Amino acid sequence: METGFLPRGRFHELLAALHRSGYRCLGPRVREGAIVYAAILVAEDLPRGARDHQAAGHYRIEQTASPRYFAWANGPQALKPIVFAPQEVLWRVRRQADGGLEFHRQTPPAERLAVIGVRACDLAALALQDRHFLGAAGDDPHYAARRAELFLVAVHCSDPSDVCFCVSTGDGPQASSGFDLALCELDSGFIVESGSDRGAVVAAELGLEAVGGDARAAAARQADAARTRQHRSLPGRDLRAALFANLEHPGWEEVAGRCLACGNCTSVCPTCFCHASVETPALDGGMSVHARAWDSCFSQGHSYIHGLTVRSDTRARYRQWLTHKLGSWHEQFGRSGCVGCGRCISWCPVGIDITEEAATVCTGVADE
Amino acid sequence: MSTVVAKDRPRAAVHKFASCDGCQLALLNLGEDLLLLSSLVEFVHFAEAGQVNPEAPVDIAFVEGSISTAKDVERIQRVRARSRFLVAIGACATAGGLQALRNLADGQAWIADVYASPDYVDSLQSSTAVAQHVKVDLELWGCPVNSRQLIAAVRALLFGVAPFEEHDKVCLECKRAQVVCVMVAHGLPCMGPVTRTGCGALCPSFGRDCYACYGPAENPNTEVLGRRLEGLGLAPAAIGRCFLSINNGAPPFTEAGLRRVHEHD
Amino acid sequence: MNELSLPHEAEVAECVRESPTVFTLRLRFRDSERHARYRFAPGQFNMLYLYGVGEVPISIVSDPLDDTLFDHTIRAVGRVTRGLAQLRAGDRLGIRGPYGRGWPLPQALGRDVMIITGGLGCAPAVSVINYVMRRRGNFGELIIMQGVKHADDLIWAERYRRWSTLAHTQVLVAADVGSALWPWHVGHVTDLFARARIDAHKSIVMMCGPEGMMHIAADLLRARGVSESAIWLSMERSMQCAVGRCGHCQIGGKFVCTDGPVFNYPEIKDLISVRGL
Repeated sequence: METGFLPRGRFHELLAALHRSGYRCLGPRVREGAIVYAAILVAEDLPRGARDHQAAGHYRIEQTASPRYFAWANGPQALKPIVFAPQEVLWRVRRQADGGLEFHRQTPPAERLAVIGVRACDLAALALQDRHFLGAAGDDPHYAARRAELFLVAVHCSDPSDVCFCVSTGDGPQASSGFDLALCELDSGFIVESGSDRGAVVAAELGLEAVGGDARAAAARQADAARTRQHRSLPGRDLRAALFANLEHPGWEEVAGRCLACGNCTSVCPTCFCHASVETPALDGGMSVHARAWDSCFSQGHSYIHGLTVRSDTRARYRQWLTHKLGSWHEQFGRSGCVGCGRCISWCPVGIDITEEAATVCTGVADE
Repeated sequence: MSTVVAKDRPRAAVHKFASCDGCQLALLNLGEDLLLLSSLVEFVHFAEAGQVNPEAPVDIAFVEGSISTAKDVERIQRVRARSRFLVAIGACATAGGLQALRNLADGQAWIADVYASPDYVDSLQSSTAVAQHVKVDLELWGCPVNSRQLIAAVRALLFGVAPFEEHDKVCLECKRAQVVCVMVAHGLPCMGPVTRTGCGALCPSFGRDCYACYGPAENPNTEVLGRRLEGLGLAPAAIGRCFLSINNGAPPFTEAGLRRVHEHD
Repeated sequence: MNELSLPHEAEVAECVRESPTVFTLRLRFRDSERHARYRFAPGQFNMLYLYGVGEVPISIVSDPLDDTLFDHTIRAVGRVTRGLAQLRAGDRLGIRGPYGRGWPLPQALGRDVMIITGGLGCAPAVSVINYVMRRRGNFGELIIMQGVKHADDLIWAERYRRWSTLAHTQVLVAADVGSALWPWHVGHVTDLFARARIDAHKSIVMMCGPEGMMHIAADLLRARGVSESAIWLSMERSMQCAVGRCGHCQIGGKFVCTDGPVFNYPEIKDLISVRGL
């Protein structure tokens, strides 16, 4: 629901309103040469004028004179590390002198967190993670605790990168649902819409101005440009049949020759959910900590069962990644696991492009 | 902290071969945990900590250093014979160390170039990993090994189970720490994609590239990483040196490094 | 489900050696009320937690009606299972479960039941055999086929001998490598199909073992006229969470821990024939 216009010079009022509502704010900042989510106290913390240049295996930030805060596509993180922590303790067990075991659940954290600058692709990914961690099987208490207190300020993507393909997956560049507030950034300020009751409450505190016709036209032009700028695409929305018909395609062997099996693609993927159990006993033997940590289908441990690694080579591991992400997700979640964010392309150290590999293996080879 | 010394503690020894002693420091630097550790196991031989009894039979032997002299070859056999569980610690013990570079060159000529009286140097032509001489029950990689892994290994052995072995690539740990990739964002020649995890992605978290001190991970694609380093502007000789460094004696790195070096020939 | 994701303290009542590497842990929850409430179906599994070491998924082999203890038969092969092998009566461990979809016992009522297992695959299936034996009148013929690599790997030899003497029960055992006095077939268990008294239209088949064996067995069964939907198999994959979240157990779109471990053949026939999936 559109609510009004926030001039650029008043952006700090949004931060203040969120702070008043008890939210700690996270937003984009340039750290270690990339856009990452970090604490935002004042508007000046935002990456004014920063632009990202992304290509396969390549990411650089350029500083420009633009007044904009959100004129970049994305960084290596989506919302995933915020709700599905890279490593977290699930339970602890204490061993008594008589050998008895006492299990204690780690209390999940519950912090009111507002995230500013969320992209449409990130929201689509979050909706998928919600389905996985809050699915029919019951809520994952750690994910649920973080998710319940999350306030999401989306910003429509005006500057997709060279690797973005959210138009192809249908997930962007405009955020359409799943946010509390959505902003369209123009040079002069922000068109604000609310997407939830609590978003409307915050918006109401801002004393927004009416949206002028010029602003509206500029927003439409910007959205169109963001759309047409994307040149990568997947060969279809549902590739399940094509992928599973081509499990022995020579393309798997070929990509395995180029793949490091390092797992960077799965780590930056905003929908990948695999995690391993990690047990850390205290040296004195009196206590042990059971945690989970992000895992990857590219690791040996991922498919290890009593002395046997089911997916022992990179061919099988890459095939698992792609057939799951673009294929069996449909069976599990009713849609593809890819939201077109392009992270797996940029952050692959050797620049393997998921759209190219999908096109290759979905092009069946003639039977001998 | 009160530490109760257990009766019938397992006995442990720390043996040193050709090495810099840095891995023993990983034990000595444990701080409070060192007191706890010595209440759980009895160090009967640990020269750097003042206990000298190299011939004592032990339950756990930590072996630091590579096998570099004829005496080493004989001594490691005695260590093995007196130890129930032998843990090779650090790059020297697991891959022959930096000093294994002499395996790839004319080591005697180097000695003649460096020393005034080379006759006094009595070393083998090669520096090799402990596992090339005796059965090793566990290898802890790294230069140096880290204390967390040492403690985890001892704790597992005290529980009577095999220690957990980490084979993953540094990248997984680096991403869990939410470090921005130094190769993708800065073009640094990072060895993380072929290197064994365990260090906590220490170097990338300080903005520098991994130099493979934990040795090869499982399933390392050294050929493709080499090509990527070439794309970053490294000459073949420089790429060769990335592999032929601390863990030059680890077979996947030896092979990858020599391949690059010989591109010159 | 949240209730299920934290282990509960259990105690070893007995550790039974089945073979040099296989053992059975007989367990009870320390909390007697929890123990009394505990229910499982044959073919389901528990996560066994060895203190300070980690968890492993192990199927429950005992009879669901035995409310004194529940049993897990385990091969000591990894770091956790080797550690579990050292537990003795009175030792504690953690248990969470039961998890997964068990064997289709309601569908088996009134039909001939065929159990085909390989190696330690006999463990998840033995609960079915026990179940049928206790309710013998409710089922038709019982055909038990078990294959092992080496004669020494056969556990429960005495049970197979005993079952083979019962009416309406056929027992066919094979070892790839026999031994002196090995009374059964030397070769693959799949060699024995010609001798199996299969009534294709009355049979329901439950299999557990190496995927290659189950794949061949399914082909042989179909050739004998058994319909695909009458074939059920128990699958094995790495499982770390057991609640369909950690992703390790996936085969195609299936989560073995929650969609399985027991599957109807048509659900996964396209997947088990592909190596490394």
